[in-house]
Amino acid sequence: MEYEAVIGLEVHVQLKTNSKVFCSCSTEFGAPPNTHTCPVCQGMPGVLPVLNRRVAEYAIKAALALNCQINPLSVFARKNYFYPDLPKGYQISQYELPLAEHGYLEIETPQGKRRIGITRVHMEEDAGKNVHGEFGDPHSYVDLNRTGVPLIEIVSEPDIRTPEEARLYLQKLRTIMRYIEVSDADMEKGELRCDANISIRPKGETRLGVKTELKNMNSFRHVQKALEYEIKRQQKVLEEGGIIVQETLLWNPQLGATETMRSKEEAHDYRYFPEPDLVPLEVSQEWLEEVAASLPELPDEKKARFIEEYGLSAYDAEVLTSAREMADFYEAAVKAHPDNPKALANWVMVELLGRLHAENKSLLEAPVTPQQIAQLVALVDKGTISGKMAKEVLAKTYQTGKDPQQIVEEEGLVQLSDESELEAIVEKVLEDNPKEVEKYLAGKTKIVGFFVGQIMKATKGKANPQVVNKILIKKLQEKGEQQ
Amino acid sequence: MEKIGKAEVLHVAQLARLEFTEEEVEAFTHQLNKILQYVDQLKELDTQDVKPTFHALAQTNVMREDEVRSSLTQEEALANAPDRDDRGFFRVPKIIQG
Ligand SMILES: [Zn+2]
Repeated sequence: MEYEAVIGLEVHVQLKTNSKVFCSCSTEFGAPPNTHTCPVCQGMPGVLPVLNRRVAEYAIKAALALNCQINPLSVFARKNYFYPDLPKGYQISQYELPLAEHGYLEIETPQGKRRIGITRVHMEEDAGKNVHGEFGDPHSYVDLNRTGVPLIEIVSEPDIRTPEEARLYLQKLRTIMRYIEVSDADMEKGELRCDANISIRPKGETRLGVKTELKNMNSFRHVQKALEYEIKRQQKVLEEGGIIVQETLLWNPQLGATETMRSKEEAHDYRYFPEPDLVPLEVSQEWLEEVAASLPELPDEKKARFIEEYGLSAYDAEVLTSAREMADFYEAAVKAHPDNPKALANWVMVELLGRLHAENKSLLEAPVTPQQIAQLVALVDKGTISGKMAKEVLAKTYQTGKDPQQIVEEEGLVQLSDESELEAIVEKVLEDNPKEVEKYLAGKTKIVGFFVGQIMKATKGKANPQVVNKILIKKLQEKGEQQ
Repeated sequence: MEKIGKAEVLHVAQLARLEFTEEEVEAFTHQLNKILQYVDQLKELDTQDVKPTFHALAQTNVMREDEVRSSLTQEEALANAPDRDDRGFFRVPKIIQG
């Protein structure tokens, strides 16, 4: 039987504020344990939390970028449970009236565009960090620095059908969060965390199967792998006549398998109730418009514009808009040399990114400016240097930071385009290689490449390939006519 | 009619990590039922056009600016801890994941 998966994702994104959500402690990462706490985030009796305005603003920004409707009134709630990293015995979250609902985001799959619904976006506080002792140590260790760091939770509809779509959804989410600059959303740093609900059903069936919950997936790759594993596991259970048990599973990357969490039966009984220490949040039309006005052009809009304005392919536009700094870099280059946006796309994506990638660097660390890439492409377009020479020039710019124009001048790297000069060289190469000329005339036209190589060698690579080709074909034709 | 029984009271007590004597369970079951009866009585009111109340204060949007102020020192933070280690962590009984 053919099955299909039904997947919904719950994503937590850490917001990039200076201070915590309900107190003035720093959110800085990597400080010595328990040096960023105060009576509020330690959950001392009698303290009062006060909402950080920027958290509300960033959360609204994120919700708008995810096409959500913002609730004019939203309410904080207490989610009650006991865990060592939760000093208050409850997490301040939102429940009945979340900040925003009914959004979506679009992903580009190999099968085409897919729209994934977003059920809700709400604000909440992070918990502390538990550190487990060495094997045999009867203790665990708790650092409360992260307690109270602002999060938004983004809950998707069960619209995702494959592990690949889940990965694309997460990557798109990260891209959007970075575009709007509310989070760096780095999964490895825990700034973006993902849990998944997954069930399977026979293809064509509309009712939902029993779902399991997957946790502990710390990278995009792990999410995809864990979901792939869980789909196979559930299929096997059903095919063997078993039933799926609703449970929470942990992904074990070492084993490449999911494991049952030894969960307490009452784990999901959170007894939410409205947080009496915080008054409701009211988002006026005016505030909403103000935040909306601060939104930058989002990836989907930018991609459509790149295709329309610069004549790029959908693929190139997708790559160039996948990070805002890349799109900005590209557009700065186009601004400096507006005549050939397609060639610029190629130089940025292939030559520059290729080099950076090889050194494990990001575009922000590029030793080449957009203006230098533009200058390089302009030199090729004018015929001053060949594409091959341009690659060498780029390598030098990359190493030294010198402008391409300067390198060309200093090294006399000017392309040889003078026809009479080139004609003499072509003539000589043909005279020196009579056998190859015969072969060409006998119909082995592929041998042209050999002559081009010889000419390039004779000119130290400076010959203009277009001019060389033209002269070469003309001369060879003349030889044929002479026979 | 009794809305909740002893089992439910014990369940809630367990969730709140509270331990009760038999007499206390008895008393709370009775009291909680009384409270729920009173709520039922309130439910008889027509609240069709009344907006739900989420907070006792008729205020919204009490916020602070995103400014960092000094936190407690590590020693102060750990001062009430039943147990700690030299690195400055709270030390707790081993957490069994899941
Ligand atoms: Zn604090």
